[in-house]
Amino acid sequence: MPIQRREFIAAIGTGALATTAGCAQSGDSSGQTEAAAESGGGSQPGVSGETLTLTTTTSTYDTGLLDEIHPDFEDMYGVSVDAVAQGTGAALESARNGDSDIVMVHARGLEDEFMRNGYGVNRRDLMFNDFVIVGPESDPAGIQGMGSATEALTAIAESEAQFVSRGDNSGTHTKELNLWEAAGTEPGGDWYQETGTGMGEALNVANQQGAYTLSDRGTYISQRSEIDLVILVQGPIEDGPEILANPYGIMAVNPGVHDNANYDLAMAYIGWITSPDTQDAISNYQVNGEQLFFPEAVSENPDFQQYVPEGWSSDSDG
Amino acid sequence: MAVVDLPFRDGYVSSIIYVSLYVSIIAVTLSTLFSIPVAIVMGFADFPGKQFVKSVINTGMGFPSVVVGLLVLFAVSNQGPLGTLELIFTKEAMIMSQFVLATPPITAISLAAISGVDENVRDAAHVLGGTRVDVALVVLKEARYGIATAVLAGFGRAISEVGSVLIVGGNITSASGISKTRTLTTAIQLEARQGQYETAMILGAVLVALVLTINAVVVRLGDQEVQR
Repeated sequence: MPIQRREFIAAIGTGALATTAGCAQSGDSSGQTEAAAESGGGSQPGVSGETLTLTTTTSTYDTGLLDEIHPDFEDMYGVSVDAVAQGTGAALESARNGDSDIVMVHARGLEDEFMRNGYGVNRRDLMFNDFVIVGPESDPAGIQGMGSATEALTAIAESEAQFVSRGDNSGTHTKELNLWEAAGTEPGGDWYQETGTGMGEALNVANQQGAYTLSDRGTYISQRSEIDLVILVQGPIEDGPEILANPYGIMAVNPGVHDNANYDLAMAYIGWITSPDTQDAISNYQVNGEQLFFPEAVSENPDFQQYVPEGWSSDSDG
Repeated sequence: MAVVDLPFRDGYVSSIIYVSLYVSIIAVTLSTLFSIPVAIVMGFADFPGKQFVKSVINTGMGFPSVVVGLLVLFAVSNQGPLGTLELIFTKEAMIMSQFVLATPPITAISLAAISGVDENVRDAAHVLGGTRVDVALVVLKEARYGIATAVLAGFGRAISEVGSVLIVGGNITSASGISKTRTLTTAIQLEARQGQYETAMILGAVLVALVLTINAVVVRLGDQEVQR
């Protein structure tokens, strides 16, 4: 008796959830986007209401870049972009599970793996900035002005100065681990702490403890007024070592793997964000009077080879 | 409001308040509709496994919210059993996790309130020729203050919860700064992550004010009921 009643109520609850969910979801996605593409963009009643889910790294989101440029895309297509800031590892995992339509991250090794495994299509280089090693002004490890990031890390490890690591499988964390590997040092011990948080929080922790950390320049600049840490080793934007480069890529989720991925809208987004206008908007975006991201998609010498699948050979060649 | 230069865009704060209330109120309403009948059955009937159900509910009261978030994520993710409904990163997914979180406290506290109603009241209702439903209604009426406390406890857990709504909701606003799945708690988390502690404090004050107001209103209504 009681069991039945509970099941009944549970069924009502599930039904109510499903109904509200149904209301939120409107229309057939692919057909409408095609219609919009044919009639050449503009505010289309056909696509309005559609949603593009973008999983991305915290740095593009926390710097305010996406908030700055997205209204243009949303107005153009009458759609909304749901930007979920997760960190590169989590953003790729969401895309792998088919929970997003498009993914914007900064860890080339992980991106290539994602593409190789067939989860992504049409990867484009999007923009770049660089990483910097920041730390307290007192600089206990004496790394200021070092031209080599790996030497700086070695100095930090040898003096056992406090170092804060993201420890969250993000693009920055991946870069940091690559740097330690290149330096031939296995980080560990009391001086090396993993926060497991976003860049902003890691900067706060480092700031509180007078520790060193690796940061992308954008997040550091947008937070600089709140913290006392200074840049001790520059990245390539300020003539630092090339190893600190931080390129961003964008990939659509492969509709052949996840048929619910909004592929048409994802491609519209890639077309839009790599267009000269949006690339201009990216380079014009400033925080505290400094440019954060340098566009990379518009090229005088485009490399079309990048769209050719790996290992592909033309029959006509033979 | 010129004291602090607030970095809020038009409609931003009101939209995250709206999302917080929308998600919590719907989840708590569904939880209440589910919990009260369960509490009544538990309070009136004896059945095998009753103690087990009780301990499950009590365990649920302390269940970590991030684990609930993970479980709901697995359920609604594209790969999960409910994947076709496309609920990930929506308010509906947040309601699901809040429902799971709010139900155990509402059930347990309601059950305590119903069990606490004097046996004499039940007996009197029986003697006066009441059916089982009549008796239940009389007991519910007697226990209403405790049940209101239960609903408030559930609401408090739902609206102040951050871990699971962050995982299943994604903390999304539109580019124009209107919240889609951002709640007061996840907004505070985001501001703290960026080191904007002042902004986070302001949002925290709004959250506390909201919870206090709703508690005060419910308690006030309860007092009026008692006096009548």
